[in-house]
Amino acid sequence: MSSQSLSKRSVPKRSVPKRSLSAPRSPMAAPRSFLWSRRIFLTLLTGFVLLPVYVMLSSSLKPLQDVSGEFRWVPSGLTIRPYIDIWSTVPLAKYFVNSLIVAGAATVFSVVIAIFAAYGVSRYRFRGKRLFTVTVLSTQMFPGILFLLPLFLIYVNIGNATGIALFGSRIGLILTYLTFSLPFSIWMLIGYFESVPRDLDEAAMVDGCGPLGALFRVVVPAAVPGIVAVAVYAFMTAWGEVLFASVMTNDTTRTLAVGLQGYATQNDVYWNQVMAASLVVSVPVVAGFLLLQRYLVAGLTAGAVK
Amino acid sequence: MTVTAQPAVGEKALPGATGPTPRRRTGRVRRIALPYLLLLPALLLELLVHLVPMVIGIVMSFKELTQFYIRDWGAAPWAGFDNYSLSVDFDAPVGEALLHSFFVTCAFTVLSVGLCWLLGTTAAVYMQETFRGRGFLRAIFLIPYALPVYAAVITWAFMFQRDNGLVNHVLHDQLGLTDSPSFWLIGDNSFVALLVVSVWKGWPFAFLIVMAGLQNIPKELYEAAAIDGAGMLQQIRRITLPSLRPVNQVLVLVLFLWTFNDFNTPYVLFGKAAPEAADLISIHIYQSSFVTWNFGTGSAMSVLLLLFLLVVTGVYLVLTSRGRRAADV
Amino acid sequence: MNAAPLRISLREGTPDVMRRTRAAAASAVTVSLLAAVTACGGGSSTEGGSNDSPKTLTYWASNQGPSIEADKKILTPELKKFEKDTGIKVKLEVVPWSDLLNRILAATTSGQGPDVLNIGNTWSASLQATGALLPWDAKNFDKIGGKDRFVGSALGSAGASGSDPAAVPLYSMAYALYYNKKMFADAGISGPPATWDELVADGKKISKDGKWALGAEGSNPSENIHHVFVLGKQHGADFFDADGKPDFTSDGAVAAVKQYVDLMGKDKVVAPGNAEYAQNQSLQDFAKDKTAMVMWQTAATTLKAHGMSDDEWGVAPVPVQSGSPGTDTAVNSMVAGINLAVFKNTDNIDGALKFVKFMTSDAEQKTLNKTYGSIPPVTAAQEDPAFNTPALKVIRDTLAKSAAPLPQVPNESQFETAVGTAVKELFADAAAGRPITTASVKEKLSEAQQQMPKK
Repeated sequence: MSSQSLSKRSVPKRSVPKRSLSAPRSPMAAPRSFLWSRRIFLTLLTGFVLLPVYVMLSSSLKPLQDVSGEFRWVPSGLTIRPYIDIWSTVPLAKYFVNSLIVAGAATVFSVVIAIFAAYGVSRYRFRGKRLFTVTVLSTQMFPGILFLLPLFLIYVNIGNATGIALFGSRIGLILTYLTFSLPFSIWMLIGYFESVPRDLDEAAMVDGCGPLGALFRVVVPAAVPGIVAVAVYAFMTAWGEVLFASVMTNDTTRTLAVGLQGYATQNDVYWNQVMAASLVVSVPVVAGFLLLQRYLVAGLTAGAVK
Repeated sequence: MTVTAQPAVGEKALPGATGPTPRRRTGRVRRIALPYLLLLPALLLELLVHLVPMVIGIVMSFKELTQFYIRDWGAAPWAGFDNYSLSVDFDAPVGEALLHSFFVTCAFTVLSVGLCWLLGTTAAVYMQETFRGRGFLRAIFLIPYALPVYAAVITWAFMFQRDNGLVNHVLHDQLGLTDSPSFWLIGDNSFVALLVVSVWKGWPFAFLIVMAGLQNIPKELYEAAAIDGAGMLQQIRRITLPSLRPVNQVLVLVLFLWTFNDFNTPYVLFGKAAPEAADLISIHIYQSSFVTWNFGTGSAMSVLLLLFLLVVTGVYLVLTSRGRRAADV
Repeated sequence: MNAAPLRISLREGTPDVMRRTRAAAASAVTVSLLAAVTACGGGSSTEGGSNDSPKTLTYWASNQGPSIEADKKILTPELKKFEKDTGIKVKLEVVPWSDLLNRILAATTSGQGPDVLNIGNTWSASLQATGALLPWDAKNFDKIGGKDRFVGSALGSAGASGSDPAAVPLYSMAYALYYNKKMFADAGISGPPATWDELVADGKKISKDGKWALGAEGSNPSENIHHVFVLGKQHGADFFDADGKPDFTSDGAVAAVKQYVDLMGKDKVVAPGNAEYAQNQSLQDFAKDKTAMVMWQTAATTLKAHGMSDDEWGVAPVPVQSGSPGTDTAVNSMVAGINLAVFKNTDNIDGALKFVKFMTSDAEQKTLNKTYGSIPPVTAAQEDPAFNTPALKVIRDTLAKSAAPLPQVPNESQFETAVGTAVKELFADAAAGRPITTASVKEKLSEAQQQMPKK
């Protein structure tokens, strides 16, 4: 479902700011020197980006006694053994599922909550608005280490008082991560919603929609790219977090980010398996990410420019 | 971010706001309550996960919270400003180390944000025009942002090993640039290693935002400039960069905050004890609280850090907003 | 916990159902939030444990085997045996070393933890100071068969001296010198060195052409501490005085640290590259015939995994300054090992004690220690011939005669961090070719000492 088909269905044609993915072509023909410098720069950059990916791949195909040996560009004695062993050394599949659940749920809730908040800020004038936005943004400045232990204590005490197990459970982790991504998500969506013309919601309300109806029938469809952008950002925030996950998870809820450390045991580091596992878990994320990137690009435009 | 400080354009009373009938009154109450209700979930979560823990953290910073008291922190003795005076006593090793770590973090953040921005912007400008393989390249450039942090950083640590790593294999064995293989994970070079990893991980985000920002620059501007005889470089300097100003204002601030508080990268790269040259403040505070069981001092250091970031952000916003407004006129 | 007014005011303005639910949810969250803030900390649960849930136990095991999954496979059948004997179901979680101390810390702070857990024995005194662990007085020891079943040195590393141990020993280990037979033969050396002078002399014969005599994990603060502590003993220095106050800058301590770092800097028998090792790379170098000796605890499994068979290496006691290993200045290892502790606020205190009794029984001790390649801290279990192999015999003798526990003081973890990191930095200097002098070592140690808590 592309953003354009969605927006066409729900809103009048003229109003949706369409952004072509191809950037405006500079009318002047680029000089040769520019083309050459571009070629060199982009080649070097590609090398820089792909180098670690190559190392991951080649190391993941070596037997353990070779992998920590001297680096060679062309590895010899390749084996796919690590790709089999990764599943039994640590419960990788379980960690993967945990990470998917946690990051997925955190993403969904973060996006929904951010949509509400951003809509409130962009469409209404009310007391405390400025305080709200400033406070929310200032949370980005808190060093994680400052609230790790207090948050942990709060979760445990909520658990003791209400029986809702926040600590050690996926719910606790989901709450934590969705709040991590919330400030930036709200801020981006405010910008995006403001670029959706206001007469659209009003037209919807004249047609009998309530404010929430206007939000979901008009504003959200028009803002799909921005929402996708926020979703990707929220997902990545939850996917890679190490510190909170190391304290707040247990055997059954451990996420990948900390679970991968299980390949380093007291006496040995299974480098080849670390690399193999990293690649295996990254493939779906990278694939999904690449599928979504056209929305992301279009989405960030509006959010960031406002 | 300045948007949030001003009322959004075009806000107006919604239809049905002006009647005294009971039904309409409910409507009005509803309308006054509505924005608050919309913000409520976000506010509650921020309270739960950020604000209340932070207040507790501030309280903890005034307590003597060592292993003798952590079992019941409420009963831990008050330490007054002891934790703070310990942290800012720059003549004693604790304060000296904190100050050192602070400067390292500042230098690291400035360089990392600068390089991320530079790489991202340059790549985005080069890729503004379509050429064959552009979509593919764009996909490749996003890989570092999409890889899980742990996986990416552990790979870099592997590459930076002195005896068996790729980096020394290239620099020493193949190019012969160094007389002997260098250390990257200990000693002064660890700063460079940390910077490289941080830039590798961070620049695609800058690339994305700037690339997106470029798409909003009206074509007509370039056409007009071309008619005036402006060359490629001049177009970039006179049109591209000024148009990116609002994007950059936010981008740089966000990158700054993330980089300054980054814990994952140094933690995975160096483990619990980072080398002096790469002793970022987040790791330093972790070591002063979790590793050594002294949460009072750790909290005090965090509060100091928070104050610093608040001041920097405030000043930054005031300065850039003023500049931006002037530029808009 | 006064959230009632808030709930009312929210309800007044929001008549429709959805909003009411939301308001109710909101006030529920607020109530719990306030509860969380007002109820400070955990640990308020019953002191000394209760028997509220006599049929289950939660057990945190440390990662002792080749992987977490392997540990589960090893321990699960044993726990089943226990369940069959007692009807108590044990919920096992194997906690990776990277998380264990943080998890224990969090459990201590919140009172939300396991009933029984493994702790590194060097943490005993620190954790004892929190008051979260059940003290092992005579009464409790009686329930598991008495204190004198355990080896003395192992008990000595289960808490501060003069107080009841905070845990009981479960697995014991000591350091030994592993040497590569082929590399020794190639260099014309007949047997392993017994003193440091011999080690350096032998080392100089070995250390050439890309080969090195001794491996070290220079970037691992804990490893550094283990070795400089033993060298400190040999120089007559403890890192803490009798009152438990840090004393890092005594001549003996400085000499010990300098001697250890000099193995790389001055004697050049340790490869400079080892300065960045923290993930057992030195063991891999050993398996690859790049390093002739390592001081290690249990290495057999790892060496095999890296392609070195059992007959290619030998084991000897870690060198001493002169003479042969013994007590005081002839100590040649710290007492390494894992202790088993019970959380004071357990809700199954009787079951927990039964479980400790089970795990420290002669039969379980033999089974588990055999599997993990460690030595039973229970004297009777040591008789088993499985612990009489050449490698384990060296370690067993070391434990019995010449091993000393690391300082059992509450600030042990700060000591490990401060001094261990100082040694790491000195190694980095040595690797970079900077001179290591008595003055520079003393300065580093004095900085480390000033970072120790004042109280």
